[in-house]
Parts: sequence; C-alpha cells; structure tokens
Amino acid sequence: MTAITGLTEQLSATTLLRFATAGSVDDGKSTLVGRLLHDSKSILTDQLEAVEAASLKRGQEAPDLALLTDGLRAEREQGITIDVAYRYFATTRRRFILADTPGHVQYTRNMVTGASTAELAVVLVDARNGVVEQTRRHAAVAALLRVPHVVLAVNKMDLVAYAEPVFAAIAEEFTAYAASLGVPEITAIPISALAGDNVVEPSANMDWYGGPTVLEHLETVPVSHDLASCKARFPVQYVIRPQTAEHPDYRGYAGQIASGALRVGEAVTVLPSGRTSTITGIDALGEAVDIAWAPQSVTVTLADDLDISRGDLIAPSGSAPRTTQDVEATVCHVADQPLTVGQRVLLKHTTRTVKAIVKEIPSRLTLDDLSQHPDPGQLVANDIGRVKVRTAEPLALDAYRDSRRTGSFLLIDPADGTTLAAGMAGDSFAAEAVKAVADDEGWDF
Amino acid sequence: MTTTAATVNGTDSPYALSHLDALESEAVHIFREVAGEFERPVILFSGGKDSIVMLHLALKAFAPAPVPFTLLHVDTGHNFPEVLEYRDRTVAEHGLRLHVASVQEYIDAGKLRERPDGTRNPLQTVPLTEAIQQHRFDAVFGGGRRDEEKARAKERVFSLRDEFSAWDPRRQRPELWQLYNGRHAPGEHVRVFPLSNWTELDVWQYIAREKIELPGIYFAHEREVFARNGMWLTAGEWGGPKESEKVETRLIRYRTVGDMSCTGAVDSDATTLDAVIAEIAASRLTERGATRADDKMSEAAMEDRKREGYF
Repeated sequence: MTAITGLTEQLSATTLLRFATAGSVDDGKSTLVGRLLHDSKSILTDQLEAVEAASLKRGQEAPDLALLTDGLRAEREQGITIDVAYRYFATTRRRFILADTPGHVQYTRNMVTGASTAELAVVLVDARNGVVEQTRRHAAVAALLRVPHVVLAVNKMDLVAYAEPVFAAIAEEFTAYAASLGVPEITAIPISALAGDNVVEPSANMDWYGGPTVLEHLETVPVSHDLASCKARFPVQYVIRPQTAEHPDYRGYAGQIASGALRVGEAVTVLPSGRTSTITGIDALGEAVDIAWAPQSVTVTLADDLDISRGDLIAPSGSAPRTTQDVEATVCHVADQPLTVGQRVLLKHTTRTVKAIVKEIPSRLTLDDLSQHPDPGQLVANDIGRVKVRTAEPLALDAYRDSRRTGSFLLIDPADGTTLAAGMAGDSFAAEAVKAVADDEGWDF
Repeated sequence: MTTTAATVNGTDSPYALSHLDALESEAVHIFREVAGEFERPVILFSGGKDSIVMLHLALKAFAPAPVPFTLLHVDTGHNFPEVLEYRDRTVAEHGLRLHVASVQEYIDAGKLRERPDGTRNPLQTVPLTEAIQQHRFDAVFGGGRRDEEKARAKERVFSLRDEFSAWDPRRQRPELWQLYNGRHAPGEHVRVFPLSNWTELDVWQYIAREKIELPGIYFAHEREVFARNGMWLTAGEWGGPKESEKVETRLIRYRTVGDMSCTGAVDSDATTLDAVIAEIAASRLTERGATRADDKMSEAAMEDRKREGYF
C-alpha cells in the first residue's frame, strides 16, 4: 500500500491555478485547449468517443475538440463558444481550473468574467497575422482585470517555418503594448497547437527557443501573492453565535480573508464604524491558528464585544482603508439592458450591498485601440467605461490596483436583480487615456 | 529566447494553499454567503458522496454553531438500503431536519407515470420543484460539479431559477470575482453549487483527508448484478433484470449513487479510500460515462433535464 499512499499524498500536495484563455477558433484556441487536455490525459475515453461520434455526425473527419467545451446545444449548432466554459485538469505538479472564453467583441463580458478570477491569462495570436485588433482587446481585458501573469502564445509557428524573427517581432510588439497597459509579467511562447510544439512537449523545430512550454509555465508560475506587500482585508460574511450550553457566549466572525494575513494579537479596526479591538483567536475550519492568509476561510474572535454584522470589514488598525460614498471606477457592462446616468442601482462590494445612484458616465472606451468616447450617456452590453457612483452608505473600498477582491464590485438592477456591470474602483488606463484625447488632434469617432 | 519580464523559480511561498484547502475555503465561503443572504436555504442530500461532502463542509463552515439549513432528499423509491440507513443515521447524529420528496408517492397518486424503461431519474424534477415551492426554499444547495458533464460546465455557482425551476443557459448572470448575486423575486429560487470547481478526484481526496465516512457501496463488495447498456445494475424490486438478462455475482463498487435503475456499478477491487483514489486517477472513463444510463440518451440529455429543473 505504500506506493498508493504516496500517490494520494502527491496528488493532495499540489496547488491550484486558475487561468483563462482568450482567442477565437481561428487562432487555434480550441486546438490548444484540446491539446493541453489531451496531452495531460485529461480527456477520458468516453468523452473522446462522444466527441468523435458528434463530429462524424456533422461530417467532420477529425474529432472537433471544441465540442468538448462548447457544452450548450446552441453553441454546438452554431459552432461558436458563447459562454465561459470551465475545464478541469491536473498534472502531478498542479491542479488547473481553465476558464475558456470566447474571443469576439460581442462576448467581451464573458472574457471579463473569465479574467476576473484568473491568475494567468493565455492570449493567442496567429503567427501569420501577428498582433491584431482582437489581440489588443484581449491584452486590454487582462490588463484592466489585473491578471498577474499573461502568456502570449504565438500559434501556428509551423506555418511560418518556425522562424525566430517572426516570433520575436510579434513578442516584442505585444510585450511593449501589454506593458504600457500595466501588465506586470508577460511570457511569450512560440507554439504549434496542431503539431504539439511547445504546448506540453518542447519543440524539436525551434531550438532557438530556450523558455518553458505552455504547460511547464502553467505548472511553475507562482500562485500565492506576496503577503508582505498586501494589506489584510477581512469582510465579515456571517456572525456565528451558537448560544448553546456548551458555547453560551461564543461570538465568531466568519469570512474569507480577501487579501494579506491576519494574526492573533493584532490590533484591528472594524469598518465602517471605526471601532477597534484585538484578534484573540483564529479558527481555520476546526484548527486554532496564530496566522491565516488569503484566500483562507476562517472564523475570527475579538477581545471586545462590538456590534459587528455581515457587510463590515475587519482590517489591521495600521492599514485600514478609508471609507467613501463616492466611487469612481472603470466598469464593464455585462447586461442586455443599458446603464444610464441617473439610474438607481444596488452596489455589491465584498459582503455589503448598498443603494447607489449613477452620477456620471464620463467616458466609454474602445478596447481595440483604446480610443475614448466622452459622455456616452449610457453603457450597453460589452462596453467598458468610466462611472461615478454615489452610495447611500459608506464603503471600505480599496483601489482595484491594490486589491482585486476588495476593489471590485457589482452594479445590480434593484427591480429584477440583473447584474448590470462589473466595477473596478480607482484609476486605470481607461481613465488616463482621456487626457491623451484632450491634447491630441482628436480621434475619428 | 524569452521575453519574460520576471522569471519563475518553480517554488511557491509558504503561504500557498494546497488545492484541497483552496477548494474547501471557496466552498465554505459559498455556504456562508447563502447563510448571510437567504431566508430558507436547504441542502439536497441523497446520501451520495457529493452531498455528504457538502454537509461536511457546511458543518465546518458554521462550527461551533449548528448548520443553519435543513436537508431535502428527493427519494426515487429505488434506493440502496445502505444509503438510506446512512442518511437517517447522519441526520440523527447531527440533529438535522430532513424533508423527503417521494417520487413513489407521486406515482401512487397518479401525478407521475412510470417510464417504460423503469428509469426514475427524470421523474425527480416535479417532486423537487413542488417541494421547493411548498417549503418556500429560496436557496437550494446541489452537489453538481462542472467537471461532470458539458452542460454543467456552463453552470453558475449561483443559478437563478424561475417558479418552474427552469434553467435558461442563455440568460445566466455573469459571475465575476467571488461576488455572487443571489437577488431573486418571490417564487424564484437560486440553485447553489458549492462544489462547482471540484473534480471527482478532489472529492475523493478530500474524503480521505477529512476521514469522512461513506456508505459501503462505494467500496468493492460482492453483489448480484446483471449487465444492461454496458453497465452492471443491481437486481431489485425496481424492475430488473428482464428474462434475457443473466444475474451473476461480481466484485464491484459504485462510483456514483443515484436511482438504482440507471446507476451502474464498476468492476473493482478497491476496498479502501487509497485504492479508490488510485483507481480513479487511473480511470479512462468519466464517472457519468461509466455509471449513468440517463446521460447516454443524447448529446444534450443533461442540458434538457437541467432546463426542466433537474439538479
């Protein structure tokens, strides 16, 4: 049994990486995803047989791996990816959650959705076409959502004779563009998804490339953030009060640490009330610990009996965020109904939902070329724009650039509950570009 | 050549979580969101491994307080006795409240008709929906996982349903960050899937790590079975075997637990959790492909059932 126990331990000790792919069928996205799944032995026989049978029924000779992820009938009938599909695979080194998102402009919201939880984004380009409008849009989405790692997969290298200069030129152009948008880390990899070069196995055709394959990179990219540079944030989800004979006075604050680390003995401030106390205990799902960090779900006890409820934020007193009722943010509009100036909405931030009103929509942004359209009056599905929102109650809001979890929010239609927009508080390149337009000779709207 | 701005050294900081810790933390967050935002949540509990893991996570999420949810079992009437015994013992042990929606009662009352193939899985939708309406449940936890099936891969963690429980995949709310939108009108409810991002292997590894007890049918045992549609089915009162189907005693175990009429067993000598995990890690078939007749009906069988309100 030793060998099997070893296997269990080995499988249990891996970390989890959430990543997103953006691209269209033409770039070979489905082929890349299919190859990652296939070569890591994550496509099982019955799935492959089902795909083969379905492909044959459609008159295709080779199995169409897009059918693995295009799970809805409408997608299969139209041969397009409409919605985000989540795929799961594992190697001995890591477990992966892949958000496979469609690449076309009318599905920007799906790409934004996939990128919102991703720690890495794979942007695909066709080596024959280089960086095109769609590539710039995908880079912009990754930058806007602050995905920490971006991989540029320069695909179809087999169709450009595996030529290094072709790759180098594309990599250079993309890296310069993405870096100018604030993408912190860009890794360019020359691949052929169809032939298998540098996807799982190193390519024999590109000895000039010394970097990792796509899978090697996915397996080794760091997933935990640097706790020292992140301020601790603990939104209270639920107050645990057993009121039983065994625990008559227990009062624990349950939540998931949104960023940074919490320590027993630390002085903390509760927002928005501003009251202070000290952490007396951290229960990490049954285990008492001295320190816990993001994204652990824990229950915290404090020295003082404060009035704390769902929606409050606990943060170290030395680095607590300021509260505000005026939110300036970049939003991606995700609903079919528009967002208009003067509209009354609900704003959901961490565990707190408050009433709010859209005061201004200063600009709308075209992601393909970053051109600005001032005062659009409204945002419609898949638009990216700047908004100013006034909330009925104060929020302990961070800038999205400092904390994805506590700098993000949703705007919700109070009438029917529709999620209208995904918001990222504070500045982004979407705000900065306005100035460029102002001093410029002007864009052709 | 690489154009990497910062290179990777392959090691994670000591503050990295294992994938099981990350999945556990995410699921607990989901349970607590529902407890914080809904009035009458319920956990669908069948006594199958996924619902057992859900209950285990809920117990951890609210300790030392009791779980603030009730349980609902949609009983097809074709149950494995070991599973029913497990269900009742668990409910008693944790002082939980269990509701049962019985497919058999619907058939006896003439409200549902038995299908010619004897399969009762699709018949669960009506009793489930009516139980949700009757008890005014506003959040219903299901153990569905996105890795199970391609239509489920498109499912949200919070999935809004109308009063008919219908799922419209084209009208789903985008789900961003960890901000779940549970707003719903009276009569509507939200299906919540805390195990969305777990795979079958994760579930088994977690069961092993947490030393969670399971019904015995998940482990290899000798059983009288017969072959139908390439699966081993247990002989029983539900209608099998037909005259042409030969009953034999085999060493098998169940990978999934559902209605006896359409849940197949697999040949296995895995009698321990470690052996089960090794078997799944090496398996070349998905658990639904290996064990569920109802998903083999058509390419979109699951999508169609989900649209009508299935789990």
